[in-house]
Amino acid sequence: MRGRMWGLAIYVFVLGFILNLLGIVSHVMVSAFAKRWFGTPFPRALTTEWFSYAWTEFGLAQVLGVTIFVALTVVALSLLIGFPAAYILARRNFRWKSLLLLLYFLPLLIPQMTYGIPLATTMFRYGIGGSVAAVILAIMVPMVPLAIFILMPFFEQISVNLEWGAAMMGANRLQIFRRILLPLTLPGLLTAGILVLVNTVSNFELTFLVSGAGSQTLVVALFYNVFAGGVRPVYSVDAMAVMYMAMVMILLIVALRFVRPTQMVFRLDQPKR
Amino acid sequence: MRRSQTGEPSELDLLAIACLLPSLLYILVMFVYPFLYGIYLSVHPLKMDGFSLANYIAFFTDEYQYKTVGITFRLAVPNTIVVVAISLLFAYNMRRGIWLERTVTTILVLPISLGVILLSQGILGFYGGKGWLNQLILGLGLLEEPLVLTHNFTGVMLSLFMQQFPFCFLMLLGYISGIDPSIENSARTLGANPWTVFRRIMLPLIAPGLAIAFALVFVMSFATFPSAIMLGQPSGSTRTIAIAAYAQAFEMFDMSYASAIAVIMGLFQLAGLLLILLLRKRMVTAATMGVGKR
Repeated sequence: MRGRMWGLAIYVFVLGFILNLLGIVSHVMVSAFAKRWFGTPFPRALTTEWFSYAWTEFGLAQVLGVTIFVALTVVALSLLIGFPAAYILARRNFRWKSLLLLLYFLPLLIPQMTYGIPLATTMFRYGIGGSVAAVILAIMVPMVPLAIFILMPFFEQISVNLEWGAAMMGANRLQIFRRILLPLTLPGLLTAGILVLVNTVSNFELTFLVSGAGSQTLVVALFYNVFAGGVRPVYSVDAMAVMYMAMVMILLIVALRFVRPTQMVFRLDQPKR
Repeated sequence: MRRSQTGEPSELDLLAIACLLPSLLYILVMFVYPFLYGIYLSVHPLKMDGFSLANYIAFFTDEYQYKTVGITFRLAVPNTIVVVAISLLFAYNMRRGIWLERTVTTILVLPISLGVILLSQGILGFYGGKGWLNQLILGLGLLEEPLVLTHNFTGVMLSLFMQQFPFCFLMLLGYISGIDPSIENSARTLGANPWTVFRRIMLPLIAPGLAIAFALVFVMSFATFPSAIMLGQPSGSTRTIAIAAYAQAFEMFDMSYASAIAVIMGLFQLAGLLLILLLRKRMVTAATMGVGKR
């Protein structure tokens, strides 16, 4: 009986949380299509003109271009740097390994606001602050470790015997890499790539701190326009938010085809079975 | 040369070093160096030559600045406790899987992927003075006055909860469902009631994961920045330490003072982390002592 009550309470809470989430999301959506909306449950007239207004007024073509360019570059570079490192970390034991793992874990553990300020300071000092390159370099700080930690278990699942077997049959390192490792870790690369992509598009703090006028991503531009409230009609800001949301939703739908939801957060060490 | 899976430390050959080097260099140049540079900058104030703790002294003697530490703690501590407690409750009760689990977890991932800005914008509309919630409450006649849930402390807490509950819940769910169910079943067979099973068997097993969850949520809440700006009063009751650091850097252009505040923020986060890990150590020792010989 008490178990039943617990179960019920849980469903009620989950339902409440989901309703509140849907309310939050759909409020933004409805507002984006509202002609004017004040104090009524639903706007009296609907329009799509805020989208074209937001598109031209906020220069969204440029912002969207920057966002996509940054996201794809970060994914490519993070995988390129992370892949070999993950391979060695999964395969070898060496003296300073745990220290190295801790070092790689720090950018994920420490909040971006804490190391973003010194990072931005350094970048502006060396004159690259504010550029698209700065945004890419800054976002990669947590994304390279993220790619490494996602890829490591995928390497651990591949038996070393496969590599040894191939080597015995005369394959050189390049062939082992191309014929054995790359095909077998493809799911891992896909998982890591998608998670890095989602995290890059929704990354706020680092991008906010190091970006300049021409290098804002969609989410940072959104923040500036929310913050500049009053100057902009709230509907146009919401239209921009809907465009951002659509982008993330598409990524999320793609992501969830390959990734389990619990993979979207930190992986805690499982207790030994 | 490859003794990889025997567990013995092996020396790194050239290939291994070549593989590790790019990522290591990246972290050293883009993460460690700026950090050290920030610390260096923080003890070399703008208008002075050489080493000086003037920035730190200025922070802790200026009420407008040191107040931010208290504000941040008052946001972060209750938020951490609420988020972890509720997450534990749910993750524990869902450890054997639930109906529609995949759908539920998918919906929970939504706030994580949408990011804080969109979430805050939505909360402003939904919970705002003329938002749907207040319209419902006033429409049903539950209250005379609309609830003031945004542009204050509550708004920031709301936004933090929305971001961190899914994160913490999924993390703990993954952890708890990894615990071998036969341990729990044995205890049940031996006559333990559900509460005893939780208290004596499961809690000690969950403790390490719980400590990490506590630490992560606390550290994240302590650095809260966009929620405190969008849903709070960034120049008043919710001026967190991150806002103070940002204002110094990009409004006053005093990078040295800003670095000092960032260092102070980092130190408080570190202190919180250490405290939690210390508590965990004590908790686990106490728990295993009760269980039997060790």
